[in-house]
Amino acid sequence: MKERTIIYILTIALIGTIIGFSAGFFIVSQPTTPIRLSGAGATFPAPLYQKWSSEFDDLTGIQVDYEGIGSGGGITQHTAKTVDFGASDPPMKTSEWEAATGTLQLPMTIGSVVVAYSLPGISLPLNLTGSITADIFARKMTKWNNATLQALNPALTLPNQDIAVVHRSDSSGTTAVFTSFLSDESSMWNTTYGASKNINWDANTVGQKGNPGVAQYIQQNDYSIGYIELSYAQESSIDYALMQNADGVFSLASLATVANAASFASLTLPAGDEDWASVGSYFALSPGCGDGYPISSFSYMLVYQELNLIPGMTLIKAQALTNWLWWCTHQAQSYAAALHYVEIPPAVISINEASLRSITFDGVVVNTWQ
Amino acid sequence: MKLSEVTWFKIRKIRSYFMISLCFLALLIGLIPLISILAEVVINGISQLNIGFLTQEIAPLGQSGGGIGPAIMGTLFVIFLASLIGIPIGVFSGIFLAEYPESRMAFTAGFLNDVLSNMPSIVIGIFAWILIVVYTGWSVIAGGFALGIMMIPLITRATEESIKIVPSTVKEASLALGITHWRTTLIVTVPTAKRGIITGILLAIARVAGETAPLLLTILGSRFFLTSLFEPTAALPLTIFNSSQSPFISIDWPKAWGASLVLIFLVLFLNIIVRLLTKEKF
Amino acid sequence: MEEQVSVFPEDYPEKKRKKIILKGEISGDSFFKSFLGIMTILIFIIMGLLILTLVLRSLLSIETYGFGFLWGTMWNPTPADPNASPEFGVLPPLLGTLVTSLIAILIGFPISMGIALALSEFTSKRINFWGSFLVELLAAIPSVIYGLWGIFTLIPFLRGFIYPVIQNVFFFLPFFQGTDNGYNVFTGGIILAIMIIPTITAISRDIFAAVPDSQREAIIALGATKWESTKVIRRYGRSGVIGAVILGLGRAIGETMAVTMVIGNSFHLFDSLFDPSYTLASLIANEFTEASSPEVYLSALIETGLVLLILALVVNITARLIIRHTTRKFRGVETF
Repeated sequence: MKERTIIYILTIALIGTIIGFSAGFFIVSQPTTPIRLSGAGATFPAPLYQKWSSEFDDLTGIQVDYEGIGSGGGITQHTAKTVDFGASDPPMKTSEWEAATGTLQLPMTIGSVVVAYSLPGISLPLNLTGSITADIFARKMTKWNNATLQALNPALTLPNQDIAVVHRSDSSGTTAVFTSFLSDESSMWNTTYGASKNINWDANTVGQKGNPGVAQYIQQNDYSIGYIELSYAQESSIDYALMQNADGVFSLASLATVANAASFASLTLPAGDEDWASVGSYFALSPGCGDGYPISSFSYMLVYQELNLIPGMTLIKAQALTNWLWWCTHQAQSYAAALHYVEIPPAVISINEASLRSITFDGVVVNTWQ
Repeated sequence: MKLSEVTWFKIRKIRSYFMISLCFLALLIGLIPLISILAEVVINGISQLNIGFLTQEIAPLGQSGGGIGPAIMGTLFVIFLASLIGIPIGVFSGIFLAEYPESRMAFTAGFLNDVLSNMPSIVIGIFAWILIVVYTGWSVIAGGFALGIMMIPLITRATEESIKIVPSTVKEASLALGITHWRTTLIVTVPTAKRGIITGILLAIARVAGETAPLLLTILGSRFFLTSLFEPTAALPLTIFNSSQSPFISIDWPKAWGASLVLIFLVLFLNIIVRLLTKEKF
Repeated sequence: MEEQVSVFPEDYPEKKRKKIILKGEISGDSFFKSFLGIMTILIFIIMGLLILTLVLRSLLSIETYGFGFLWGTMWNPTPADPNASPEFGVLPPLLGTLVTSLIAILIGFPISMGIALALSEFTSKRINFWGSFLVELLAAIPSVIYGLWGIFTLIPFLRGFIYPVIQNVFFFLPFFQGTDNGYNVFTGGIILAIMIIPTITAISRDIFAAVPDSQREAIIALGATKWESTKVIRRYGRSGVIGAVILGLGRAIGETMAVTMVIGNSFHLFDSLFDPSYTLASLIANEFTEASSPEVYLSALIETGLVLLILALVVNITARLIIRHTTRKFRGVETF
């Protein structure tokens, strides 16, 4: 008898839960279903885009879903037209851009990659140059107390330990940014490894999945070194190095130094509907850049100039989409700093405005925003 | 010189105690990681459990508050759809393989079934993406399809093995009474094998409830409650994965643990109810 | 003259009797068989579609790399030299998948057997119920959580306590050499073992429970000790247990998330179990969502999936051959 009662109670509980959820679902769904937009792509800007989507929902009732599946995934889904907008850290390669004809590339935010490390007992930050970093990650320099590295850091006593190198196991825009920088700074790196989202790393290194994977590895393993996005380093309080830039300054990555780098690099950029492959994965700095942090990059949103290419698109959705993108370019930028992202400079805002004004649906311009 | 009966018996007894102790040791070794993982999930996740967490919309990464309501709903829906595909195909194929093992089709089917069980979940996800998402967009249906495919091999195998283990005396007694083969199967054999079949089904559900990769490529994920079967939807494994990839460790990781706890509870709940409903005695 | 017992009442017409006996019930049988057959054919269709899709999408890579794909050791989708073409070869992760799965079975199988026997034979029904319950709970834990637990709990534990002991005791064995930081093939195998234990245990336990008590009583009546009485169960359930192992192996070969977080993801042929390595499934999972170009990259990844499929085929053929050689079938019930 006691078992029977338990069965009845639990069955009622289960049915109750199902009914409860269905009821809640019916209550929650309004008589007019809200407009839903979907975007997918790079994981780096995901926290920022999701924050934007939440604020935009409060503002307009339009629901925007953004899922971080990777920059390449963003390009693939955008090309396959399964999303309303894609997102990628590196700009599309020429071949990719040609495969998705009619794409507008819109830089929406700026991030940076830092070289993080774990050196117990060392309290001052490490100084690094691009070429030394390349040597470390290529395993040409294997000990922390290597003479060149020590000479660069006279204030520190580096330990006599092996450097444990960790990198990304998954293809990633972060790797693309980092290796582009290394390729420009070290001809050894350029000929051996090159720059891409996925490198053929040395056998004596370890790969971890995602920025958190690398960050956790550094936290759990002394004398290790790796590369992660700035936001991860700041949020997990991991030490990261000062990187020498084209002015010889050892720049510490921060919202200010990254913004400086962005302003410096925004001088020559193509229009939104042109090929951005030449822009490169990171802001290559040259003398005159002040304290700009040398490993910074844009992160882009991708959208089609003619929106009827996307199945299921309607004029209403097109207007919602363009409003969303306009809002991202302008008002949304103020949310960036709190989440460790850098706002786009005015030059980029103008480029985006021109792109957005050119978006059409069935040949008719969608929005003009005076 | 032969050992005396008594000595030989003593040796056998010692061996018996020894082997049994090994088995209990295995039991202990098997349970230690479980307890460790459960402890970690419970300790880290229990603080998250409240009504708000269970019913609110998913907050953006880095923002505290919000909940996993849409994810719970999404998981329930997608498991339901997956079961619609996985259980009938699995159970009936399993019966076929067990009842007609000599047929060539049975052999090949069983073989293909095993191969299917070895496929990584990401490949199934890619498959579902190519087949469905490219044409009709992100949908719970595609997700259910992918997970359903993953459920089939487990259920088929478990059903097949459970039916095979039903003593032939039982089947033959029924046949001798004049009950036809197909009625025997439905009325006698399957109910006798019920326990194993149910275990297979529950194992399959437990397995697919926690899969991330196929869902990433079929339902994409969302922060909102679903309003149609043909749009991106949230699900618990996706929420767990996304939260665990966030840089905002102090805010999002507890949510990942909380969601894991909810997922485990969900499966536990299902387990208890099904077992009690099918009258598994203590 | 013998009494003929009939299921029909005496005055039931002869023709109708024949009709029912011949047509009615038998067509019920064939209808049922056809219905079951149709359900089974669905498996064929699904697998067929899967294989077809995989093959079609990997054609580009197959044409470009041929058999070199299987024993190539370089994976370079974007070589440093922009004029060089990408190279793809999957020998290292193939080895990684094989070895980690092997370790998983070697460790997981005995433990599962021990647990299943302990629960079904040596403990009370109540402990059996709760014990099995706990084990099945392990199956519900998402792989991501296994991975996180692996990083934060398992690896420090192994690195601190177990691996040093192994290295000290077995230092002469070639595959235990090398400095170790915990992220390696062995750890991958261990975490896989933990993940497949629930599957093998649950199914085995059900099989053991289904063995009729008459068998147990018979062998005890013959004077067997408790352990020896399990011989019957182990024999009786052998094919079912092998089926469970195949399922567990399936999970091991295809498992992605948890393994990729602890195996070190290093694309090179390992010479020691304490070296970091890679698996086929991890390779696909790590790179698929990012592989937008060149086109042969995506194709190579799908071909990796195809390799996994073929690996599964080979493993299953081997397993079935083993079963064939150790059992004799009699009307669907294995006897020995």
